[in-house]
Amino acid sequence: MKFGVIVFPGSNCDHDAFYATSAVLGQKAEYIWHDSHTLGSVDAVILPGGFAYGDYLRCGAIAKFSPVMQAVKRFAGEGGLVLGVCNGFQILVEAGLLPGALIRNAGLKFVCRDVHLRVETVNSPFTNAAEKGEILRVPIAHGEGCYYADDRTLDELQAEDRIAFRYLDNPNGSLRDIAGVLSRQRNVMGMMPHPERAAEPLMGSTDGLTVFESMLRVAQAARPGAPAVRA
Amino acid sequence: MKARVFVSLKSTVLDPQGQTVCSALHGLGHQGIASVRQGKFFDIAIADGVTREQAQREIETIAHEVLANPVIEEYQVELLD
Repeated sequence: MKFGVIVFPGSNCDHDAFYATSAVLGQKAEYIWHDSHTLGSVDAVILPGGFAYGDYLRCGAIAKFSPVMQAVKRFAGEGGLVLGVCNGFQILVEAGLLPGALIRNAGLKFVCRDVHLRVETVNSPFTNAAEKGEILRVPIAHGEGCYYADDRTLDELQAEDRIAFRYLDNPNGSLRDIAGVLSRQRNVMGMMPHPERAAEPLMGSTDGLTVFESMLRVAQAARPGAPAVRA
Repeated sequence: MKARVFVSLKSTVLDPQGQTVCSALHGLGHQGIASVRQGKFFDIAIADGVTREQAQREIETIAHEVLANPVIEEYQVELLD
């Protein structure tokens, strides 16, 4: 499987995502620069954390206009797997690929610590390797991670089983404790916590790997005969 | 010609900055303040030769697509001579 890691000026978790998918998961990964109009032959795309274009106006507000995002939208529209982490999640909501918005943390402070997440659905390409209700310990690091959507949208997310993760101890005021959501087609997921920062024992937790392992399962199922890596 | 675009959070969206300013005002003894909502505005100078109608259209587009996120924010556009 080949992961494409998008790199915006100001991305700072691109190397972490590259490392988690290549060195830890044992798959191919390549960087895709923000002014690229195509994604090449990748099986999945990761929008990493950071501060794309500085995030001076609003998180993700400028990144949504970048050439690579037009390619990401086409890829998502064709069913390709797109994972947005932290700033990547903010970019996906700004670009309209996911509903809602991410606003200033309720406590106004930048919060950087481990949180506990509950897996709310395993019916997705990003969570199928987990168990429903499983608790994951994954770090967060954000100032604008308070998930907001109107009640109708929140009800719809709930009814369509599109809430991927909830916080056990809500660190930022997110409505209904939402930490990650899925698109209607379920091939796009955004989450504020950083699974790539919980990918091997040295990092203090390996719970984040389940997201990448889930994606790998889907890619391998789509290509029978592909060598199974990492039992 | 100049334009001014006001951007603020919708009334249904939590504004922790405004709340913090409000409690600070209470701390300073301003007990007559009931609540505070914080927003921002953009002063934009229009290039020479652009008509009022063109400017209105362009600023509306910019406000909707760039300066504000309509999911959480509302905006007002003013054209000033």
